[in-house]
Amino acid sequence: MRKIYLRAFALLKNFAFLIVLTNVLFVNAQEADPVAGKKLFNANCAACHKLNKKAVGPALKGVSAKYDKEWLYSWIKNSSAMIKAGDAQAVAIWEEYNKTAMTAFPQLSDADIDNIIAYTDYTPPASAATTSQVAVAPAQDSFSNDIILAALALVFAVLVVMLYLVNQTLHKIAAAQGVELVAKVEKPTRRPLWQAFAQNQFLVLMSVVFLLLSSAYFAYGYFMQVGVDQGYMPVQPIHYSHKIHAGANQIECKYCHSSARVSKHSGIPSLNVCMNCHKNIAEYNGEEDLENGYTKEFYTKEIKKLYAAVGWDEENQQYTGETEPVKWVRIHNLPDFVYFNHAQHVEVGQIECQKCHGPVEEMEVMYQYSPLTMGWCINCHRETNVKVESNAYYEKIHEELSKKYGVEQLTIAQMGGLECGKCHY
Amino acid sequence: MAENKTYWKNTEQLNSESRLVDQLKQKEFAEYIPVNEFLGDQENLEESSASRRDFLKYVGFSTAAASLAACEGPVIKSVPYVVQPEQIRPGIANYYATAIADGFDFGSILVKTREGRPIKIENNPDAPVLGGANARVHASVLSLYDTKRLQGPKGNGSNISWDDFHLQVGAKLNALAATGKEVVLLTQTFASPTTTNIINDFLSKFSNVKHVNYDTVAYSDAVDAFEAAYGVRGLADYDFSKADTIVSVGADILGDWQGGGYDSGYSKKRIPKKNHGKASMSKHFQFEANMTLSGASADIRVPATPSAQKNILAHIYRSLTGTQVSGNLSSAHQARVEQAVSAIKTAGKNAVVVTGIHDLGAQQIVLAINNFIGSVVMDSQSPRLIRQETGSGVGPVIDSVINGTLGGLITVGINPVYSASNGAALAEGIKKLDLSVAFSMKEDETASVSQYVGALPHYLESWGDYEFKAGHYALAQPTIRPLFDTLQFQDALLKWNGSNQNYYEAIQSNWKSSILGSVSWNDVLHDGYFSTSQKSRSRFKQADVSSAVAQLSSAKADGIELVLYTKTGMGDGQQSNNPWLQEFPDPITRVTWDNYLTVAASDAQALGLKNVNVANGALNGSYANVTVGETTLKVPVVIQPGQAKGSVGLALGYGERKGLQDEMQVGVNAFTFYNQAKDVQSASVSLADGFHEFACTQLHNTLMGRGDIVKETTLEVFNTKDKSYWNAVPMVSKNHMEQEVTSPEVDMWQEFDRSIGHHFNLSIDLNACTGCGACVIACHAENNVPVVGKTEVRKSRDMHWLRIDRYYSSDDTFEGDLETKENISGLGDSLTTFGRMEQAAENPQVTFQPVMCQHCNHAPCETVCPVAASSHGRQGQNHMAYNRCVGTRYCANNCPYKVRRFNWFLYNKNDEFDYHMNNDLGRMVLNPDVVVRSRGVMEKCSMCIQKTQKTILDAKLEGRQIVDGEFQTACSAACSNGAMVFGDINDKESKVSELKANERMYHLLEHVGTKPNVMYQTKVRNV
Repeated sequence: MRKIYLRAFALLKNFAFLIVLTNVLFVNAQEADPVAGKKLFNANCAACHKLNKKAVGPALKGVSAKYDKEWLYSWIKNSSAMIKAGDAQAVAIWEEYNKTAMTAFPQLSDADIDNIIAYTDYTPPASAATTSQVAVAPAQDSFSNDIILAALALVFAVLVVMLYLVNQTLHKIAAAQGVELVAKVEKPTRRPLWQAFAQNQFLVLMSVVFLLLSSAYFAYGYFMQVGVDQGYMPVQPIHYSHKIHAGANQIECKYCHSSARVSKHSGIPSLNVCMNCHKNIAEYNGEEDLENGYTKEFYTKEIKKLYAAVGWDEENQQYTGETEPVKWVRIHNLPDFVYFNHAQHVEVGQIECQKCHGPVEEMEVMYQYSPLTMGWCINCHRETNVKVESNAYYEKIHEELSKKYGVEQLTIAQMGGLECGKCHY
Repeated sequence: MAENKTYWKNTEQLNSESRLVDQLKQKEFAEYIPVNEFLGDQENLEESSASRRDFLKYVGFSTAAASLAACEGPVIKSVPYVVQPEQIRPGIANYYATAIADGFDFGSILVKTREGRPIKIENNPDAPVLGGANARVHASVLSLYDTKRLQGPKGNGSNISWDDFHLQVGAKLNALAATGKEVVLLTQTFASPTTTNIINDFLSKFSNVKHVNYDTVAYSDAVDAFEAAYGVRGLADYDFSKADTIVSVGADILGDWQGGGYDSGYSKKRIPKKNHGKASMSKHFQFEANMTLSGASADIRVPATPSAQKNILAHIYRSLTGTQVSGNLSSAHQARVEQAVSAIKTAGKNAVVVTGIHDLGAQQIVLAINNFIGSVVMDSQSPRLIRQETGSGVGPVIDSVINGTLGGLITVGINPVYSASNGAALAEGIKKLDLSVAFSMKEDETASVSQYVGALPHYLESWGDYEFKAGHYALAQPTIRPLFDTLQFQDALLKWNGSNQNYYEAIQSNWKSSILGSVSWNDVLHDGYFSTSQKSRSRFKQADVSSAVAQLSSAKADGIELVLYTKTGMGDGQQSNNPWLQEFPDPITRVTWDNYLTVAASDAQALGLKNVNVANGALNGSYANVTVGETTLKVPVVIQPGQAKGSVGLALGYGERKGLQDEMQVGVNAFTFYNQAKDVQSASVSLADGFHEFACTQLHNTLMGRGDIVKETTLEVFNTKDKSYWNAVPMVSKNHMEQEVTSPEVDMWQEFDRSIGHHFNLSIDLNACTGCGACVIACHAENNVPVVGKTEVRKSRDMHWLRIDRYYSSDDTFEGDLETKENISGLGDSLTTFGRMEQAAENPQVTFQPVMCQHCNHAPCETVCPVAASSHGRQGQNHMAYNRCVGTRYCANNCPYKVRRFNWFLYNKNDEFDYHMNNDLGRMVLNPDVVVRSRGVMEKCSMCIQKTQKTILDAKLEGRQIVDGEFQTACSAACSNGAMVFGDINDKESKVSELKANERMYHLLEHVGTKPNVMYQTKVRNV
């Protein structure tokens, strides 16, 4: 319910924004269009510029106030020419941003640039009220729950009192009318059931056997799960959400875990891989999970942890060289005597990562999905067919083996995938 | 076996009444299970009064505690790179081409690194020169992770920074230059063009400095003789793959002679290939004193003392050239010399004579002979440059240090206090010098008496360029960032020269300007080697050898001749802190962790020296006092069949005491006898008190009396007789019908269809195997085989997955010996008969047979395992699931080949076994793809399943078929001799399929019917 509320609120916000924008559009129809400007900004500028913060390039909020419009046109269309020509302002920017020239955008017309500038100048009105609403909302929510509960409790209490009173009244009426309320009749004493049970030796024997067997069953079950860490969900030094990365943002698993393609290890991505995106994503702006305290601020703080570890100076947009490797807690631990190769499964076998690792894209906190026991491995090897298509390695062996076993599709077991030495050496 | 010949491993076996041999046949595990040792403190245990009930309480409590503790798993951290280097992908090995040049071993190699750690050395098969690594080079990767390495520079005993080091040494150098006092730069042979330039710059800057080359084991006579004849300082190179006749007089051509590496060429010509029904191979004569690898492989080996060798060489020269020579050879030698000379004459220019006699005249005669016959085997145009010491160079330097006439001494890569015969006096002299600097990797004898110690990096952390052989270059590159605060000597010298280049830049600029021409630097760095076309041809200048011939022919022994040699495992001793090499069994004596005096049986008897095998099969030997000049050492004795009477042998490279772990301080320092750097010394030997306990793998793992394991024939029989005569398949009787044991008719088992997929086989050619042991160390490195130490080896608990059995032969059989002995009547007869029986052992023929798990298709070990830890794969490998093993050892008992190894103790992270697996540094060498086994687990050769699986996976990833040669085991990849060939016999085009069909092929103990996947090729001798 709460979610629906939030989503509705977000819709409302967007709607309000649109109305305001259309108002602006209506007013400034002749001059520039911030809505079109936003589109252009996102398509062309956002990789290096932000509105309120320095990124690769300067923050663009109120840029029209700083520079002349004509100057901006020529700068955006070809900045390096201006630097070469020795324009004082141009050279100053160039110097400030590590002598990196801005990409030239000759395809943008003056009108486009006007639109972009309109967007950068645009300030959405009355945003203060909405934020306060958001902050209050959850408090209200839990408050109302308590009230409902309290009200219900009160109703029940009243009901109990009423029933008691009704009962008393009925007793009084009965006494007044001379109806005798019969007390409980004493039953003849019988041998208790447990004694009868204890005297039946067969039953005793059977129950002892049953008890022993069932405790053995549970003991076995208990001992078999020792060392099986299914569901292991340790707290990590940086709260990394697979749900946001793999789920909401649809980042392919093997983009970060790239060595799964070629190596036995899937590899925990090195921090420079994170920085491929997080150079530009310094704060979190996606959905929040307020119930668990995963607010925007929370996630943004985690991104700062990454910056601290990799030694990224956000202010100056450069690496400081002071790094602090992240000590992740390893979740999937196969014993040393097991050889497992990711490349074999992911690349040759074309198995989805989720088959063993579960719905990672829905995991806010990563955990061990599968038991990773030998029985689990073996079962899969018995049931899964070998992906022989378009792999020249398998051509000959597949043809011969399928003749031998008389099947079209070979399981891994039939290829020898159950042999001890394939995984233990 | 067609030949009526008996093989034996030890003289004890010839004694058919020996209880010991019988006992070992019956019991593989001669020692009882050391329960008390298992439980720890034996003494306390005996004193304790714990009752049975107490014991049960303890067991109950500890079981409960252990299972409770097991419920909570440990938290394991994973720390990824902050910035991952582009070329490193976790789990994938990178290979780099580099080169080793430690002053003793030189060669081009490939280095396998994982996650930035070098973990294994491989041969560089593409390199045209010295591309095959020997056992020491294979083991050198472990020396990188040596805890005893110097971790930074030192000045006057305390740690200093490199800046201070340069400042202080520079100041002292300048002061010495001002006074004009002489400083000597005493270095190993670098064979490095850029280093030569840097040293020359240094010499021109400091005119008072003199550069002298010092080879720990010198070849100065050969170098001097070559220089006199050809005008270039170097050693004549030999390509034995061109040889039809090889006559070696005291040259261990398959060992470390002239830097080694001749075995791969030699082996090429030793494999008899039939051409029009007639096979040919080279014929090898060996005249030598000690039993060497070359003597073991020779067709005709003649024991001859060093002085007799001199006579023999003179007589060979005489017979070939017709010069008059005085003196006569013994009749035995005379006959063999005549045989050798006629073989040389038949072979013509495809013959070669080589010698290891350290005598200028002898070396000149050899050059003269090879020029006389026009030998194409000898390459005089492109000599080896890897030994540079001059005969007159080092001696005066050491004398001047001792006299105090020298101002300063800078030593690089050498340890003269240890390796000079007058080391003690030298140490005193160094202490008195104005300046003494030792560049060294460890705080050895020389470094510990020098004022300044420059910590050198290991070669795997260094840059380098080499010219091993004129016109043949190699480049070395670092394969890991320096582990410690070390600096290459060349970098230090560049600094002292005032250059602003570092060594890497110096190499690059030197190569670009004067070596590479138009070839790309990166390409050469990638390949690791570079060859230029030959420049000018140097002409042979015939020296007058008549006086040398006269001198040689009149050479006579003065007392017992002591022959100093280098062991295959230890070399010159610079890797003596390497546990792999210490535990490496010597190919000839099979002794580990020791050096010893090798004595001929008859000499031993005369001197009262004994070898005794004690009850558990271990070897004990008498001590002998060996005296050369003023020096006497007490040395344990090994009685060596084949040792020339009147000579004794002693290995150099042992007895080092500084910069070594306590466990590695074994043996005696034979360098104290190495007067004037001559390997032959006149000595006196006498019996000393006590017995030495050897850790010898000799009587272990006997084949329970089942002979017929080494098949051998002669070239003549091989060429003329049918296979069934010299390589018959054993027959068994079924229903009174004789049938071949390989026939499915007589098989107890259902044959599994292995015709689909891969089926791995390993072929071992006994003709090509020289016993060099590179495979043993390669197996150690690849498979994380633990080191167990001397006392454990002595108890037959060595862990080598691959052993190289060495068999001595005699012309009689065991039964024949027994019969002869039974028939003895009377004392007189017994003396003569025993004498005759001993004769057989005097000069045995030797065969090497590498034995690892035979991966039987019908494996006896698999059927007896109660927990099915040992099972068979369809690819032919016998799998061993360590985690399943409960340690009953039934499999080892049932294995006819005795190749299974049991982990009696925990060999890693255990202070009782303080070798590389007990420290973080040493563990860096472990192969992450292979499990480190723990206590109570059986292990054995896996046929490198991790490597075959990797090859298969690579092919799958690339979607292609596997081509022949891709499948390799660690041993087959390490074998540069071509003795071991591994592959898939289901690939009918493969080399190993061809070898399986070869008529020389047989299986070990074929009559047992185990159907092994390892096959052997019958040895053929050209006698």
